[in-house]
Amino acid sequence: MTPHGRYVLRLADTNLVLAQRLGEWVGHAPALEEDLGLANVSLDLLGQARLLLAHAGQLEGRGRDEDALAFLREESEFYNLTLVEQPNGNFGDTIVRQFLFDAWQLGTYEALRGSTDATLAAVAAKGRGEAAYHLRYSGGWLVRLGDGTSESHARVAESLARLWPLTRELFDDDDVDRAAAEAGIGVLPSTLEPAFAARVDRTLGEATLARPAVAWFNWYGKQGRHSEHLGYLLAEMQSLHRAHPGATW
Amino acid sequence: MGAQAPVAIAPSPEVLERLHGILAQVADPEIPVLSVIDLGIVRHLSIRPDGRLEVGLSPTYSGCPANTVIKADVLRALQAAGFDAVAVDVLAPPWSSDWLSEEGRRKLAAYGIAPPGAPAACPRCGSKRTSRTSEFGSTPCKALYRCDACLEPFDYFKCI
Repeated sequence: MTPHGRYVLRLADTNLVLAQRLGEWVGHAPALEEDLGLANVSLDLLGQARLLLAHAGQLEGRGRDEDALAFLREESEFYNLTLVEQPNGNFGDTIVRQFLFDAWQLGTYEALRGSTDATLAAVAAKGRGEAAYHLRYSGGWLVRLGDGTSESHARVAESLARLWPLTRELFDDDDVDRAAAEAGIGVLPSTLEPAFAARVDRTLGEATLARPAVAWFNWYGKQGRHSEHLGYLLAEMQSLHRAHPGATW
Repeated sequence: MGAQAPVAIAPSPEVLERLHGILAQVADPEIPVLSVIDLGIVRHLSIRPDGRLEVGLSPTYSGCPANTVIKADVLRALQAAGFDAVAVDVLAPPWSSDWLSEEGRRKLAAYGIAPPGAPAACPRCGSKRTSRTSEFGSTPCKALYRCDACLEPFDYFKCI
């Protein structure tokens, strides 16, 4: 697959994996409104993922459609960011993961609206409004939990400390990013970090939380080197399709 | 490159009027008082060089399951009226809740859903003293509100 195809697939996989994670909350969220909220965010991300997967399949030109790409690839062939495959944990863990993702995605989509890839530009233009809406939701919850009780504050502070190191990968440039950016298709991730930091700091301040200083990462999901969690997610997501290939609703 | 692609042409005004009449009867499966015309998702109607009618449709919210149903309903209605139609997705520029027609906004309010726009006005008593109780509701296009005047909860069509 060309750097162009790989770049699109990274975005697609990141959305798909997070949509699957959020779907795990259905029927389990702390309140009906949050059950609906997380499911709605999941649906938006899945809708964007389907367009991007179909596009990646066309760029590849080997006849793989969105289903073949979603359900018939192995763990090491997925190129999502490591952050989004992290388990849901408690509600605070999910909100912190979502907030960091939303802030990253909003900046990414804002930049990709100017992509020379017309499909990517269209998905980004459409997704930008949805990402901003998601960020208002996750940011609102982060403020309520951080600036809430001592218990909720301590819990989200712990979630932030655990997940923050994984944000390093969001702004790390590699060969695929550089090739895509040079061609005007993608955006160099490192250029998005200042706006992300400003956005995050504003909300963390309101939430009475501090940005952790240390940021390092052991995994490199966008190159197919994942944490131990993705395999289990894929096993569940792909089992039906693999057991009944070609089945339709 | 080779020969230029043949260009699609616009249907005659009479045919266009008939098509609008048919599409005004195709309802959103989740909010049945709204037609696809009210929603503002019909982007173009043209006759292809092969003689088939092409309908350009825009998705509302990226993951809304109704998108697939809407496309099938549009094609079914046009085929029932004798048109050999195909639907294509139009992603750019993206659909926005600003594209809801004036008539659509009136129908929404009468149905009990506050149309998009700030501040959300209570569809029951008309008060603008309202508060949001949840950003998300029973479908991707709605949020939940409460009227602080008459105290009734209501759905609000999200601005996006």
